[in-house]
Amino acid sequence: MTLTYYALTGAVLVGLGAYGLLAVPHLIRRIIAFNLMGSGLFLFFGAAGARGGVPDAIPQALIITGIVVALSASALAVGLVVALARRSGKAFLPDDYPADDEDRAP
Amino acid sequence: MSALVAVLTLPLVAALGVFVVPARLRVPMALASAAMITGAALALCVTVARGGPVMLMAGGWAPPIGIALRADGLAAALIIMTALVMGAVTCAAWFEASPARAGPRMAFGFWPLMLLLWGALNAVYLSRDLFNLYVGLELISLAAVALAALSGTAQAFAAALRYMIFALAGSLLYLAGVVLAYAAHGTLDIGLLTARTPAQGDALALGLMTAGLLAKTALFPFHVWLPPAHASAPAPASALLSALVPKASFLILMRLWFEAMPDLATPAALLALAVPGAAAVLWGGVLALVQKRLKLIIAYSTVAQLGYMFLVFPLAGGGGAAQPWAAGAWTGAVFHALSHGLAKAAMFLAAGIYIAAVGSDRLGDLRGLARALPMTGFAFALAAITLMGLPPSGGFTAKYLLMTSAFAAGQWPWALLLAGGGLLAAGYFYRPMVALFARDARVPLLRSIPRAWQSVPLVLAVLSIMLGLLSATPFDLLQVGRPPPASEGL
Amino acid sequence: MTLALDLALCVLILGVALASVAGGGVFRAVIFFITYGLFVAMAWARLGALDVALAEAAIGAGLTGVLLLAALGRLRRMNATSPPHRTGLHLPAAFAGAALACALGWAWFALPAPSPPDLGPVMPQSGVGNRVTAVLLNFRAWDTLLESIVLLAALLGVWMLAQDKDWTAPLGPRYHAQAGGVLASFGRLLPPVGLAFGVYLVWAGADSTGGAFQGGTVLAAVGLVALMSNVMRPPRVSQGVLRAALVLGPAVFLCAGLLATASGGAFLSLSPALAKPVILTIEVALTISIAVTLALLVIGASGDGEYAP
Repeated sequence: MTLTYYALTGAVLVGLGAYGLLAVPHLIRRIIAFNLMGSGLFLFFGAAGARGGVPDAIPQALIITGIVVALSASALAVGLVVALARRSGKAFLPDDYPADDEDRAP
Repeated sequence: MSALVAVLTLPLVAALGVFVVPARLRVPMALASAAMITGAALALCVTVARGGPVMLMAGGWAPPIGIALRADGLAAALIIMTALVMGAVTCAAWFEASPARAGPRMAFGFWPLMLLLWGALNAVYLSRDLFNLYVGLELISLAAVALAALSGTAQAFAAALRYMIFALAGSLLYLAGVVLAYAAHGTLDIGLLTARTPAQGDALALGLMTAGLLAKTALFPFHVWLPPAHASAPAPASALLSALVPKASFLILMRLWFEAMPDLATPAALLALAVPGAAAVLWGGVLALVQKRLKLIIAYSTVAQLGYMFLVFPLAGGGGAAQPWAAGAWTGAVFHALSHGLAKAAMFLAAGIYIAAVGSDRLGDLRGLARALPMTGFAFALAAITLMGLPPSGGFTAKYLLMTSAFAAGQWPWALLLAGGGLLAAGYFYRPMVALFARDARVPLLRSIPRAWQSVPLVLAVLSIMLGLLSATPFDLLQVGRPPPASEGL
Repeated sequence: MTLALDLALCVLILGVALASVAGGGVFRAVIFFITYGLFVAMAWARLGALDVALAEAAIGAGLTGVLLLAALGRLRRMNATSPPHRTGLHLPAAFAGAALACALGWAWFALPAPSPPDLGPVMPQSGVGNRVTAVLLNFRAWDTLLESIVLLAALLGVWMLAQDKDWTAPLGPRYHAQAGGVLASFGRLLPPVGLAFGVYLVWAGADSTGGAFQGGTVLAAVGLVALMSNVMRPPRVSQGVLRAALVLGPAVFLCAGLLATASGGAFLSLSPALAKPVILTIEVALTISIAVTLALLVIGASGDGEYAP
């Protein structure tokens, strides 16, 4: 029963994170949403791995790897947000696709 | 050290190396490593072609405890194509990413990023473990996003961020499917999953993994991030992003649908994969027609060309009931992936030469450049022939195989799509060709382009034609270790 | 009783998660996210996964939180504008999120009985007592090797975001700590304690809870405090020693894997007799690289100094 609580919490977190990643405009919040989605998925995985009585070590190791990978991705995303804000003054993505303009080639 | 281990580790060792060594040793080291890795890739191809698939249990532990790696014909073919593209990009970047031209930042960072991407691609081509593939995909994504942002403009950052959001959402969807597969079957190994006891959640697991990989492959309607990201990167980076990166996630899709869970490949599911592919061919083609910048035309052409690869699913997929035409379609789709990789890299490297020569890639500014830079113009034309699918190119072989399978299977709408897509390609490459080969204009070049640099895209473009002329050897290589659902016939 | 505790924890987790996505103010969202990470770490402890609990607290909540706070500070100093309106994707995204949550919820009840691989018989050959460490550094070492390279790729990507004119400048913003102030004394006091704790985590990780990633994160925090209190000078990309420290872990890992091939074994294989010393060597090297990489990921690219107070 306990495991079901955590698994379902994980499932809801994945849904919440997916919503945030797609729809929230502020980019820092999107990065938070990405992390919620990831950690919700890990919670689900951990609950699934604990079903056999003894916790299965393989999911735990995979989750630690996943946490580090999520941090790496977050760090690059945060760096991009700061760099974008420094160049354009905005902490969100412009709605149109900027490369479609008549801009000169890089 | 076996060729497989060399192909797996040399790019990573080289990446760490160019990261640490002083500036003057960086380029010599990158060039030497590229030569060595290409040699290892060739050796692996010969081993696979002569002796069949090569297996490696990383750490000596067999699945489900450890991670299995396997070089079959498909992996070997992608590894050698990647080596050829990477080798060419290395040579082009020698000129383009030099400190004098690109500044010390790019002259430092391009090399380790390129080599990291190379290592990650090879790791993904070879891995048989779903979670290991996730880590590999993330390494590809991070290196690719960094390459897309390399030019340092606000547009490049916005494009890279949009790319990253799609890539991250895709990774997590894929990972959700992996989690479900492990929770149900206690293994992550593709081979062991083939022999699993089917469970209720399998279709959901496969669906989630597929959705994630489609976002990463930029299949219509998930393609919106691709053109701005590929067009705003420096040309050698664009070549890598367009020619190689989408092939990795596509390969995993093939592994999932043909090897891990072929029993779930119902006709409806396969059709659901191919219809967006068809839409991509048409929509990408139409958008490529209306672009005003060369790099955007090439990038939208990638959206279109990626669509063809998905025809493999209805033509060659479908459970254990392999049909006589399946093998042709499977080989055709892989041939398309290979020839598109070579030709697309040639095009972006040619675009890089034009930007270096006249400082712009707007079609109006490129008028008459084929006279000033004939080798590059020739390379662009040859690559366009491959992408249009005209004989005797590799693209023609691919489309011929796909088309004969479509007729044999009675699925003639795909044959119509192949013909229509070819016409669209002829249309969207017509405009840059007209501009480049215009006789009336004479543009002053900002700088002279060394002949060695000009020959780089030409070599790739010639290779993409040779793939069609000498198709027997790659054809035999692809037959090695082919999955059962696609091994009937031919 | 414990059931109620778990239920309450789940409700708390969902509450702070919702607040961090939908609540007002981005700063508050980050604070909620850090709180969320701590609650999730407690959930991991409840699930009996202490290694994961430690990793989530140190990396998921701690380091990611610091990363986000630092970014918010920079955005604020740049006066970056916040978005004016919701995106048009509001409803479709809500639908997609709900569908995803329902699908996973359904999948939980549809799962067949668990059939995990039995690690018991192979543990004696792994060289370590902690099963999670055995998976990370022996059974699935290829994953961990790639993961350590993922960290390096992220840092390289962050460095590439600098402006060309700033490329040779020191990394990260300039920090100003008052001599004799709280931060300055903290910066002198914390490093010895933190160092000892970080080293302990790596050492203990072989047989009980801990490991290179958790220990490396603690050391990274020590380094960050030392940087912020001006006990340590911010490094530059041009420093060879710095770059060598960053690649040390992956390089030692790769060398160990290739040496195994050279002596006739499989790539990355470890003979049971040598497994423990080799794993410890790899862990020490990885810890150094992870610590430096994580600290540098937080301080960001060169040339952020112009916005420091």
